[in-house]
Amino acid sequence: MAEGYAPAARGGWVVHGATSWRDYFKFNTDHKVIGTQYITMGFIFFLIGGLMAEAIRAQLSRPGNTLITGNLYNELFSLHGTIMIFLWVIPVLTGVANFIVPLQIGAQDMAFPKLNALSLWLAVLGGLLMLASFVVGGAESGWSAYPPLSEQTGNGQTLWALALFVIGFSSIFGGLNFLVTIMNLRAPGMTLMRLPLFSWSMIATSIIILGGTPVLAAALALMLWDRVVGTHFFSATGDPLMWQNLFWFYSHPAVYIMILPGFGIISEVLPVFARKPIFGYKMIAFSSMAIAIFGFLVWAHHMFTSGMNPLLRIPFMLTSMIIAVPTGVKIFSWLATIWGGRIRFTTSMLFALSFIAMFVIGGLSGIFLASIPIDIDVQDSYFVVAHLHYVLFGGTVQAVFAGLYFWFPKITGRMLNERLGKIHFWITFIGFNLTFLPQHWLGLEGMPRRVFTYPPEFATANLISSIGAFVLGIAVLPFLANILISLRAGKLAGANPWRSLTLEWTLPSPPPIHNFPQLPVVISDPYGYGRKQSAQPAQPQPTSRPAPTGGGQ
Amino acid sequence: MNQVTAVTMQEESRLDTRKLGMWLFLASEVMFFGGLIAAALNMKWHSPAGANHALNIPVTAVNTFVLIVSSTAVVMALSALQDGKPKTARNWMILTALLGTTFLGIQVNEYIKLIGKGFTPASGLFAGGFFAVTSFHGFHVFVGVITLIWMIVRTTRGSVSPDNYVPFEAWGLYWHFVDVVWIVLFTILYLL
Repeated sequence: MAEGYAPAARGGWVVHGATSWRDYFKFNTDHKVIGTQYITMGFIFFLIGGLMAEAIRAQLSRPGNTLITGNLYNELFSLHGTIMIFLWVIPVLTGVANFIVPLQIGAQDMAFPKLNALSLWLAVLGGLLMLASFVVGGAESGWSAYPPLSEQTGNGQTLWALALFVIGFSSIFGGLNFLVTIMNLRAPGMTLMRLPLFSWSMIATSIIILGGTPVLAAALALMLWDRVVGTHFFSATGDPLMWQNLFWFYSHPAVYIMILPGFGIISEVLPVFARKPIFGYKMIAFSSMAIAIFGFLVWAHHMFTSGMNPLLRIPFMLTSMIIAVPTGVKIFSWLATIWGGRIRFTTSMLFALSFIAMFVIGGLSGIFLASIPIDIDVQDSYFVVAHLHYVLFGGTVQAVFAGLYFWFPKITGRMLNERLGKIHFWITFIGFNLTFLPQHWLGLEGMPRRVFTYPPEFATANLISSIGAFVLGIAVLPFLANILISLRAGKLAGANPWRSLTLEWTLPSPPPIHNFPQLPVVISDPYGYGRKQSAQPAQPQPTSRPAPTGGGQ
Repeated sequence: MNQVTAVTMQEESRLDTRKLGMWLFLASEVMFFGGLIAAALNMKWHSPAGANHALNIPVTAVNTFVLIVSSTAVVMALSALQDGKPKTARNWMILTALLGTTFLGIQVNEYIKLIGKGFTPASGLFAGGFFAVTSFHGFHVFVGVITLIWMIVRTTRGSVSPDNYVPFEAWGLYWHFVDVVWIVLFTILYLL
């Protein structure tokens, strides 16, 4: 195992494992370091995208405001969306998965560690190009960059397309790596039916990444050709609608890329803090696969008002409603999991429970949008903005926080402060709902999205929304403080502070560089809370034992 | 033997990790070229009937043959490696590289002639689609040739050998894929 994975000589820029902070700035092939790099990078972009949102909401706090108008405003909402999706949510989920998946399956690292490091640095490069695009100016056509406008905007749009192209490859190589790792590197005894649900969610996510992201790459390549070489794929003399089809063919499945790992995190957190086995393990696993496949069959619901063939809209409306079913299966399974359990309201659990509620709200507004007649009325209005933030912030971001509070002890060896955590949770919950609940009403009443001002009748709702955004901004502070304080002075966590049964908790916190000193052999599934075979009050029976000596090495 | 390999080998039903990685990468490439081909086809449907008459079918048919023969050379090289004949394998690899380079050379020459005739990326919808999708394919051939040179170096050094032929087998999958894509492109853009 050591060969090929030995840390480079001092001063080398290719290393494996981290013994100092400098190793985090190198081409590091250790999945735990890469995971940390992704999470950190993602969080920095969360703050950048968040500042953009604060600027947008400041401008929208009063009608007729002149704080930020015109081109700058367009750039802000375009880059807010792009950054939050591609440089915050996707990298942070990739980071958590990078750290946790090999540990959950009993592997020493990912299948392709160098490719893994390349993926990380491609994401960083893409991030820098995206920031350059903001500085240069011109990426003003929204994160969805519809032509002809996106082919007439300034040079920043070209940088935007290039940045996304680079980030896309980071994502594709990552998906490839996860799929091969989970398929081939599971420890002996870890059958697919004993795989933890977070790893299951990464199987489904990786399939979507491999199937969808290359189509976005194709679309971006063609847009770059239009802008740089002078072709006419999407221009007025070409087929602008073709961009929408290619773009949404990826970008709809992309939302499932952004939620499935979140679903996986919830499936890990709930059993631990309800002290009950997960309900419906197989249904949750298979529904993730169903979502992955069905996710490719709904894209045109983003195009109901585009002038597409009206009859063709109907099958897309049907598939868009059907796709709610597997998600509903999960929601009911999670509720059944906690039903009758002994719930411990840790910060992680609070975020997980809030996730269920907020995601259901977002999902319901999504079902409304799936209906063609309703969508015709509220397309491109604040109703859509409300929907997407309920599923992405109320959903994914809360799941990310649930996961970070859950796995921080494993990653760093220290506990986060629970009081600061609860303050973070409650301010987030209040701020989030203040910001986005009024936006449902605004959309139904006719306020369009991507506008820098509005008629006076929308003033009150916008003001409430902007106050909520301000509260959300404040919510970051206790979280940041918690991280910084706990990294230095948090209570030492030990191997398994939550008494969880998945494999990563059998290792010390933080795990040693090469993870498992001996290949574990898995003997049961990881959700046996309260079952007779795990009847040891202080420390639950681990679901693995070391491989028999003399064999298997 | 490192533990990662140990686990890889443990169950015979598992595909070698490197081959599985290449197959999944090729699956993503199918989606990439699928997007480009759909766009090129769409451009063709938006164009008048004779839009592809500027293309030289006989020369490109020969070029297609060159690429197919190169895939045969890859099969011969892999077979030689598996039969314990690394030097023979290396010769077949060199032939493959020469054929691949020939393909690229003829393609570039065709591009120059087409542009000279006024058939350029910006001159029409079909032309734009043609140049975009074939140049992405050409780029993939180019990457294939470069990585093949690296395979030849490794075979000379012995790190790719009859005992370790899987890297070349995985590379071969890539090359065959690039060949198949070209057959699809030739059919759709030139013949139909």
